[in-house]
Amino acid sequence: MAPSNNRRPGFSRRAQYGVFATYVFAVAGTLVGAILLALSYFDPNTFGAARTAIAEVSAPVSSVLAFVGRSVGSVPTGLSSYIAVHDQNAVLRKQIADERAITMRARAINYENRRLKGLLALRERVGVPVTTARLVSSTAASTRRFATLNAGAWQGVEHGQPVLGPEGLIGQVLESGPNTARVLLLTDPESSVPVRRTRDGLPALAQGRGDGLVDIRSVSNAAATFAPGEVFVTSGAGGIYPPNIPVARVLRHGRDIVLAETAVRPSTLDFALVQRAYLPALAPAPTPTPVPTPKAKKP
Amino acid sequence: MRSPRRRGPFDETPDSSVGRLLPALSVMVGSCVTIWPTIASFPFLPPVGLLMLLAWRLNRREAIPVWAPLALGLFDDLVSGQPFGLGITTWTLCFFMIDLIDERLVFRDFWQNWLIAAGGTAFYLICGRLVAVPFGTHVDTVLLLQVTTSVLLFPVISLLCAWLDRDYEPA
Repeated sequence: MAPSNNRRPGFSRRAQYGVFATYVFAVAGTLVGAILLALSYFDPNTFGAARTAIAEVSAPVSSVLAFVGRSVGSVPTGLSSYIAVHDQNAVLRKQIADERAITMRARAINYENRRLKGLLALRERVGVPVTTARLVSSTAASTRRFATLNAGAWQGVEHGQPVLGPEGLIGQVLESGPNTARVLLLTDPESSVPVRRTRDGLPALAQGRGDGLVDIRSVSNAAATFAPGEVFVTSGAGGIYPPNIPVARVLRHGRDIVLAETAVRPSTLDFALVQRAYLPALAPAPTPTPVPTPKAKKP
Repeated sequence: MRSPRRRGPFDETPDSSVGRLLPALSVMVGSCVTIWPTIASFPFLPPVGLLMLLAWRLNRREAIPVWAPLALGLFDDLVSGQPFGLGITTWTLCFFMIDLIDERLVFRDFWQNWLIAAGGTAFYLICGRLVAVPFGTHVDTVLLLQVTTSVLLFPVISLLCAWLDRDYEPA
């Protein structure tokens, strides 16, 4: 198509200057944008307030859409489960009978464990739940892996709190607005979680790759070998994540660094549980003032 | 809102604020595809806002003024999860590049539009990857897939823009 040449809008000087001014404005805006980009490169959480303000508006829309999707999607499963309910009932009954012995033994062990811990006078922290909410949307067009949680500061969600799914860890709260929060998922390239192997307690880091999987990196000095199917749980180091939450399952044989899939594949169908940070950040240490000046009111 | 009858080639353009704001509004709606309720484990959604913007710019030059990508890019940065400032910078640079191409290339047909849009989309996505995530992460394969789907989506978006514009386009 023939371009309409807007860059020379006739002989009017005024119109020409107008076009020139728009270009000056656009170039200046681009430079400002480049500066903003550099700022967010060095500190990705700048302008979080603006983002959460938009998320406050978009999250209700997402949750309504998700509700509609869930309702429509549950019709076929509802029908099929109604048809299959008899067979399933028999299978579940058998399973309960099979697992009764295991449950009894686990109860006994649990009791004994509590008693022994009581004898040792071990002080134990437990993960304190903050709230339960759904993840409503995610940044599906970006290489970062963030999700929006449908609960925020009004529900007690704060920066740095771990987010758990039904089968394991989902991620960590990055910024929280009044009613929404941004969650850094495990698969994000910037996410790194201290984990240990369930079999022998081998310490490692679960680092996101950005393509839906995580890398398990051994942090011990000895050469570590991994086998497929090995499960890694949080170690509790770092004080954010409570220990013993499933994180990842190894996919291939390997040494030192190995590919793994996350224990939870978060979806909008499930609820996510936000917990208090395992060891809350200490209050900032008072700045040492060895020589108190007489004018200072506070020591 | 619209007359059911198609506007003839000699009828006047309906003058309304809707017609003026329609391009910008459609770009913003395109940016909002990321509020679709799904938890993606890799980037699969194309940057629909940018595709919409390029389609408007390439189909009808005066639909979007040259400063508009600043504001539209800012809005996109707030909803897309890309680093803040990426949309502002790269979208305006895309407009400047299209201006330069228009200087050289007096007439464009659809294949050239598609090629230009492909270049702009790839530029935006690759810049986003370089700024947002460290160099060694394994996102390049999925990024390539994302670029491909975006490029393949452009004709659809272009048709959509032409359809939205059917009453307001100057004959």
